[in-house]
Formats: sequence, C-alpha cells, structure tokens
Amino acid sequence: MAGYTAVTPEDLATMLDAIGVGSIAELFAAIPAGVRLDRTIDLPPGEPEQAVYAELRRLAARNVSAEDEITFLGAGMYDHYVPAIVDMLMSRSEYLTPYTPYQPEVSQGGLQVMFEYQTAISELTGLPVSNASVYEGPSAVGAAAYMAKLANKRARVLISRGVHPHTRATLETLAVGYGSEIVEIALDDALTDLEALRDALCDEVGAVVLQQPNFLGAIEDVQAICDAAHEHGALVICAADPLTLGVLEAPGNQGVDVCVGEGQSLGNRLDFGGPSFGFFAATERHLRSMPGRIAGETTDVDGRRGFVLTLQTREQHIRREKATSNICTSQALNALGGVVYLSWLGRQGIVEIGELMLQRTHYARETLAAIDGVSKLHDRPVVREFALRLDVDGDGGLRRVLERCATAGVNAGFALGSEYDEYRDGLLVAITEQRSRADIDRLAEVLAVAVAAERDAAEVTA
Amino acid sequence: MADASYPDDLLYHPDHDWARIEDDVATFGITWFAQDALGEVVFFDPPEVGSSVTAGEFYAEIESVKAVSDVIAPLSGEIVEVNAALAETPEAINEDPYGAGWMVRVKLSDTGQVDSLMDSDAYQSSL
Amino acid sequence: MSADTQQTPLQLERATTIFEKGSPGRRAFRAPELDVPAVDGLLPEGARRAEPPRLPEASEPEIVRHYVNLSKRNFDLDSGFYPLGSCTMKHNPRLHERVAALPGHARLHPLQDPLRAQGALELMFNLQESLAEIAGLPHVSLQPSAGSHGELAGVLLTRAYHADRGEQRTKVLTPDSAHGTNPATVTMGGYEVVKVALDDAGGVDLDDLRAKTDENVACLMLTNPSTLGIFDPNVEEMAKIVHGVGATLYYDGANLNAIMGYSRPGDMGFDIVHFNLHKTFTQPHGGGGPGAGPIAVSDRIEPYLPRPQVVRRAPANGGPPTFDLDDDRPKSIGKLRGFQGNYGVFVRTYAYIRSLGAEGLKDVSEVSVLNANYLLARLREKVGDRLPLAFGERCMHEFVLSGAVMKKELGIRTVDLAKRLLDHGYHPPTVYFPLVVDEALLIEPTETETRETLDAFADAIAAIVAEAEEDPDIARNAPYTTPVRRLDEAGAAKRPRVRERLARSGDDA
Repeated sequence: MAGYTAVTPEDLATMLDAIGVGSIAELFAAIPAGVRLDRTIDLPPGEPEQAVYAELRRLAARNVSAEDEITFLGAGMYDHYVPAIVDMLMSRSEYLTPYTPYQPEVSQGGLQVMFEYQTAISELTGLPVSNASVYEGPSAVGAAAYMAKLANKRARVLISRGVHPHTRATLETLAVGYGSEIVEIALDDALTDLEALRDALCDEVGAVVLQQPNFLGAIEDVQAICDAAHEHGALVICAADPLTLGVLEAPGNQGVDVCVGEGQSLGNRLDFGGPSFGFFAATERHLRSMPGRIAGETTDVDGRRGFVLTLQTREQHIRREKATSNICTSQALNALGGVVYLSWLGRQGIVEIGELMLQRTHYARETLAAIDGVSKLHDRPVVREFALRLDVDGDGGLRRVLERCATAGVNAGFALGSEYDEYRDGLLVAITEQRSRADIDRLAEVLAVAVAAERDAAEVTA
Repeated sequence: MADASYPDDLLYHPDHDWARIEDDVATFGITWFAQDALGEVVFFDPPEVGSSVTAGEFYAEIESVKAVSDVIAPLSGEIVEVNAALAETPEAINEDPYGAGWMVRVKLSDTGQVDSLMDSDAYQSSL
Repeated sequence: MSADTQQTPLQLERATTIFEKGSPGRRAFRAPELDVPAVDGLLPEGARRAEPPRLPEASEPEIVRHYVNLSKRNFDLDSGFYPLGSCTMKHNPRLHERVAALPGHARLHPLQDPLRAQGALELMFNLQESLAEIAGLPHVSLQPSAGSHGELAGVLLTRAYHADRGEQRTKVLTPDSAHGTNPATVTMGGYEVVKVALDDAGGVDLDDLRAKTDENVACLMLTNPSTLGIFDPNVEEMAKIVHGVGATLYYDGANLNAIMGYSRPGDMGFDIVHFNLHKTFTQPHGGGGPGAGPIAVSDRIEPYLPRPQVVRRAPANGGPPTFDLDDDRPKSIGKLRGFQGNYGVFVRTYAYIRSLGAEGLKDVSEVSVLNANYLLARLREKVGDRLPLAFGERCMHEFVLSGAVMKKELGIRTVDLAKRLLDHGYHPPTVYFPLVVDEALLIEPTETETRETLDAFADAIAAIVAEAEEDPDIARNAPYTTPVRRLDEAGAAKRPRVRERLARSGDDA
C-alpha cells in the first residue's frame, strides 16, 4: 500500500483468487518485453504529508506574491480581492470533485451554476447567448475567430495592436491550424487607427478583433469599429475586461457580435497565470455553433424545472470536419467562483467598484505624471490601467527603476518594452480596488526616488 | 417512432436518403434507418429556395441530441420548395420520415440520374 | 422502489436561481471608501453604461444559503463511487488544496519578475522533469490547459515539424475507438481525419493501418491501453509503420493510469504524449474543469514547443541554479494561451508526485489494474451472461461491457441500467462510449476504491438485472430518488433557453 490505495494482504489474496491469477504481474502480461520498463521510474521515493507540505512551503517562500508587496502589475491579470465565500464554496466536495455533468439527474447543482453563470455573463456583455466558459482569455479569441471563419467562410482576420500580446500570439498560432491570415492594425496615439482599419477592410475580411480597454488601458471607440466592420460584412470580436463593464457600455449594445475575455478578475486567484476561465458570449445567430459547454433549461418527466448540457453535438459531428471546436472541458469550478463573485458584488457593487477604479486610476495617473522624469505615454480616457513614459535609458534603465521599486516593496507595473519595441521606456500601471490612495502615494514616492536615482547614475557615467 | 419501413414507391441513395419522383420534380428526405441512427431530431436548417444541389453532395445539416449529420442529395437540381414546418416540429423527421418529414423539393437537372438510385429491396439489402 | 414512491425533500424543492432571490437594495459587497477627489467627465461621450447589469442583489447569508443548498443537488466523488470509464475518478487528496492556497503560490502574478518567482519556476521545472521521466520523453511543455488542448498542441507541433521539412501532409489517422475530441482537434489543426479499423481483439488492424499509411499521413493518434481498456501488443510494429513514412506518433495520455512503472509511451515509440493532470494526477474535476494537458516530446519535436519554456540555468560563478522563462525559441509554434499555463494545477500535481514517489506511482497502476480485473471477475460471476465483456479476456485499468444481450433478453438498455444505478447511490459508468461497442458500459474503478466498494457495486448491478427480469419498467422509468428525474434533452435542444429571463427595471418580474 502507498498513497491512497487500500489493498491489504487479505484483500489481495481474495482478489487474485477471484480473477484467477497468481500475482499482479500476470495482469500486465499483455505488455510485450520490448516496451517493458525494466527498472524503477527514476523519481525520488514518496514522502509523508507533512514533508510534502514543508517542500511546497519552501517553494512558496521563494516567490514574491501580492501578499508580500504592493503591486501595480496588471497586463491581463489583476490583484482583486477574492471574498471568503468564494474559497468556501469552491472547496465544497459537491462542487470540487464531480465530473462534467453527463448524468444530469444527479448534477443539477453544477448545471444550475452554469445556467446562472451564463445569465450573468449575458448581462455583463449585453449579448443573449453565453457558454459555460472556456479555458481563458487569449484562447477564447482564437476560438471566436475560428467560429467566425466557419460562419462567413472568410479567411482573413484584422486584429488591433492594442489587443494583449499573448492574445495576438495565440491567435497567430491557432490560425495556422485553421488556415486564417492574421493582419495587425496599427495604433494611433494608443487607440486602434480607424483609418488604417477602414483601409484594410474588404470582402475577404471575416472578423475584426479589438480589446476594451486596450492593452495600454485606453477606451476604444467600439461603436465606430463595429460600424466600419459591419459595412463590409465582417464580424466584430471584442475581448473585454469584465470588471470594467459596470461603468463601460456593454459591448453587445455597441454592435459587437462576439464578446470574450479573461475571467480571472471575477473571483479567481492570480495563481501565476492559471487556472482561471474565459467567458464567451455572442448574438443569437451563433448559438448553435458556439464552442464549449452550454447549459439549457428543461423539465423532467414529472414537470420539475431542471437543467441539462445542450447543443453538444458540435464536437461529435458525424462528418467531423464541421466540428466547431474540440473543447471538452469548461472551467466549471472557476466559473462557479465567477458567478458567486458577481452575485457578491451585485448590481450596485459592480458599478461602485468600476467608479472606484476610475477615480483612483485618474488620481494615480495625474500623481505619477507629475513626477520629474515621468510623463503620460498617452492621455486617452482610461478606467483601471494606464501607461507612462520614464525618461531613463531604454530597457536597462527601466529595469533598474523597477528593481529599485521592488526592493522598496512596491511592484510598479509592467515594462512595455518587452512586448512593444516602440514603447521601450513605457510602464503599464494597473489599479484595483485593493490599491488605496495611500498605496498610490507610496508608489509615487518610491517611483520618484527610483527614477531620480537612475537619472543621477546615468549622468555620472555619461 | 414508426417501425422500420421503406416504401416501394420511393427510390433510395446509399447515404440513407430517399427521393419521390413526380415527372421532373423530386422530393427528398432521410430514410427510417437514418432517423433511427440519429435519434430524436432537434434542428433542421433548410437551404434557400433557388439554390442548387448536386447528387452525392450534402445540401443541409440535421441535428439530433446525439450528433450533427450532413444530408446528402440523391439527385442534382434546383430547390423549388423547402419544408418550413420542420422549424417548429423537427421531430416530424423521426415520426413520419417519408411524409410530414420531407425536406426539400427539387426541379431535377438530369432525370437520367434517377437510374442510378436503388429501389426499396436493393436499399434494404444494402443495410 | 417504484414509480409511486413519495417525493424526496430535494424533489419537492423547486429549482430557483440566484436571480430569483434577493431584493433591490440588498448587498453583500461593501466598497472601500472613495479616498481620492471625485472628478467628472472621465469617460468619453457614449462610453458610459446607461443601465447597470442586472446582477443579483442579495446579502451574503442569502448567497451562501443558495449555493450551499444548490450543491446538495450534486453527486460527487467524495460522497460516492464514480466509476466513469476514461475519466479516472480517483480520490482528490486535500493536502493539494492546502498547498495550492498558500499565498506564495496563489497570489503570485504571472508576469512577476522571474527572479522573484523562483519557487514557481523551480516547481514547474521539477514537474517537467518528473513528467518526462514518467513518459519516457525528454522535453515537456506545461502550457496546454486541458487534454484536448494538449492534443491540439500535438497536431500543431506535427504540422510545424513537417513544414520545416518542406512537406505539406494532409491526413491524420485515428482508430475507430478514439475519443470524440481527437477528430475535432485534427480538424482544427487543418488536417483530414482518416479512421483506422480495429481487429477482432480490439487492437488496431495492422493491415488496414499499412494500407492507409502513406506519405500524405502526418500523424497517427493513439492511446494505449485503448479506450477498450486493452493494451495493444502491436504498438512497436505500429510505430515502425508510421515512422517508416516519416509521420509522427501521438499518444493520448487519458489511460496512463494503467501503465506507470510498467511501460512508457516514449519507449513504445511515441513522439508526442499528452498527460491529463485531472485524470492521472488527481487535479479535482471541479464539475468539468479546470484541468491541464501538458505534453512531452522527442528530440526531433523539441524545437517547435510553445513559448515560453521553463529552463534551468547554471550560473557562471558556480552558485545554485536559477530558473527562467525562455522566450527565445525561433521555431516555436508560438502560444496556445496566455502566460504559462495552469500553475494551480501544477502545484497539486507536484504535491501528488512528491507524495507517491516512484513506488507509489507504480502502486497506482498495479491497484488500478487489479481493481478493474477484480470488479470484472465479480460482474462476470453475477451477470456475465447478460453483460458480457466486449473484447478479450482480461483488461487493464478499465473494461467495456456490452448491454446488447441485456437489451434483447430483458428489454432494458444500458441507459436504463445507468439511471437505476443512481437510485442505488452510485454514479453510473460511462455509457455509449466507445462507439465501436453496442450499448457500451465503460467501467473504470480506479486504484483508490476498496474491495468492499467494488463488491457492493457488483451486487447493485446484479440486483438491477434481477429486478429487470421481474419488471423491466422499473429501470426504464428510473431514477426515482434523485433531485430531478429523467429530463427532456431533446426539448432543451429544440428550444434552447440558456439564460434566466430577467425583468427590466420598472417592469413586473
């Protein structure tokens, strides 16, 4: 016996006898000698629970998390407060341990959670149809572009340079598989260049992808982009930041056909990048071709209200080339966290948290831009994230500034130069409801010192 | 669901579709075997009137609880009528595959193709 | 039990959603106070949302009561036996939840400076090494987020490999018994699916494979043991055939639970292997996710792995190694998702591998195979005439019975047996998969179940079959005691209702 098995010598004797073999080894006789492992697996021996716990603690202690510093690092995942009820509900056996609901009679808990989640996402995005979640944000865009290609048979996708770099990279990778050409649309002063977009639109373009707010934190003119795209028969896919949708107009109300995005902000932990969930909502016309799981309402034989997985045929197409996706998993547990969080936040709360971020972001941007050597990279309206320029020497200077801030216990944000050559001196700063005015003032203090020190050092060596 | 039946007055295509020929107009649908294999039909999206169909190629999709399947045209021609009632009651395809479950009516472009289809006996032995 | 059993309390309780609870003005969240000056006009014209989204308005106690009560309408693995074939429903150790919740892991930002995330990168690197050893293939990417995501990675890697050789291959082969995600993945990867037939023993038909393998074939996707629970002894020959035309060989790791310590896919000749961390490595299924589907590959596939890769660097001055994320991979297929993967899942998997060690993992495979064969033996004793094994004599970690005889002689189908099992307090096995078996019942007990549980389950199946001899209608109308009874799935698909109807402000509900 080891780990979690429970075969006693008595059990073993009874079982081998019932099977009609003399040893466990006989049960592996089908494995030919040529592929048999003739040694033990080269891994260290197993350890008791307390030793494993100690090891995982040791590793945790080698990480500087949001617990250990005041963080303004965003760029796609954000340090929001996760209420205790989310932890409690996500750890309940009934939600944590079952499989996908293939026997709906005993899975009404999970199915109803999906139904409620779908309702909440529909509300947030302003689109009537939502699935029960996909893996995460960037691959949701990839899946949406594939769905668009199947819908209008066009093989070119225009994507704004303001979309998250990981999303653009993921779309490129997935598009190689389904044969779409990806064309990037440039930014004009931190917003998607509408003229460049109009120039690029034509009958071959099947979809236009934008992000709201965009990677630089700026609020895009979604309506104008939708109008331009629809004139040419292209679908609009918008990757939205869900916690801004209390104050920003719902993408569905601005003409967006498919709204997807990263759900981590909604009741899920940072977890070094995952697991989280991606949301995926669309207009009615795409209901039958949406990827992923969908829960639908129905009744049982006695007339009771109930829920089932529905419209699941698309992965099991008899002529399988028509399958609209291969997604088997939803992110059910993470989506549970999402809908519990949205219920906890509530109708008023989501507006309040948006307003709070809006005001503090404004305050932060003005305060930091007033520092000597710091200026706004752009002055576009923002909600919760913004970009600054630091007057220091390119990548190296910025890196050292961040290093000084980190040593002082503040993570000042994301160095844009690692993803955008044109913003080598750029810093992306994110605000959540957890960053108080005092935190922002602390950042300003620390950043001012760091920038000054870097500029002094540069002068000395000049 | 009806018992297995394959009316004698119809002609059959190996991909489990039937055709009722009336001069140069044919009505198409799927056979009892096909609806039984699919299970309960939940959705049928007919093609547009005026579009053309080609013998041996798919012209529409049919969706059941279990799977989505292509519907193959037994003969070539132009669609002159579609069964709009199937939008409300797709289950007619299961309950009455040769009657109320008809799918499209087609003006044939080459009546000679009719000879390549099977009669009821030949189709049943192919199953 | 019969059709006129009195309703249970859960049956009497009408399903109400969170949107039907609460009342305008109620709240749980308390916003932090606005500690900066409020400024008007921060949003451009037309950008501000006119109507707040109609999320619930409920207090914390209401929300808790709603979701706790809702959870009781779920059957789960902690509560009972869950022999879902192909899913490996093994116990989810709670240590894993404790370590995954440590703030150093849970609150770590994915874009943190790698020098300040050394614990995470060390964990990922060690996990990579462990998985490489288990698979018998040296290079691992942890990026794919689910089994089917790993499969897609495999197809895209195959495509990149061939393209780099200037070849445009068009086909991918999969056996008839393959999981549904395989053909769908192949299509998304831009290839045509070609099915390979099975022989009478349930293995791949080598003649059919030879006939279909040509220079247009990019890859053969397999799992071994197969979805029939049978180890295909011809795997070496298959590798020869496929490699002979320069194609890649892909291993679907869904059934890895059967062979750890006994055989490794890399040694069988596979080029690409994906793991299901939520099957073999105890990541809780969560009602349908999250999971993770990392891949291990051979040397020739390594250049194309997604970026970034977690690497270990020995520092020049001879100090301890550091870990880093390497983005400098010119031949990489790129990214399959944001950041570097489902780290929370890696923490749990790593804890599992450290807990079990080499002998523990071998024990997992031995007991999973022992348990499956024992349960098969018991079922054969009791109902073998009505529910025979579909292929072969023994099995590995799972086995497929056919309900065809039962259907013919007793008039109840596999689905009816499954629904009646619900009344006995079990989650049924997988039904109607694999497609190659008529009225299939795919049973995988896993290694964490006791002999007593297996005995009781076999007794329950026997009782249901005996009951059906007397009165088949009982099973046909089961279940009777679950929170809802059989549901109208066709109706849900014909007239889909996928969200709650919400009242507009000012309207009556």
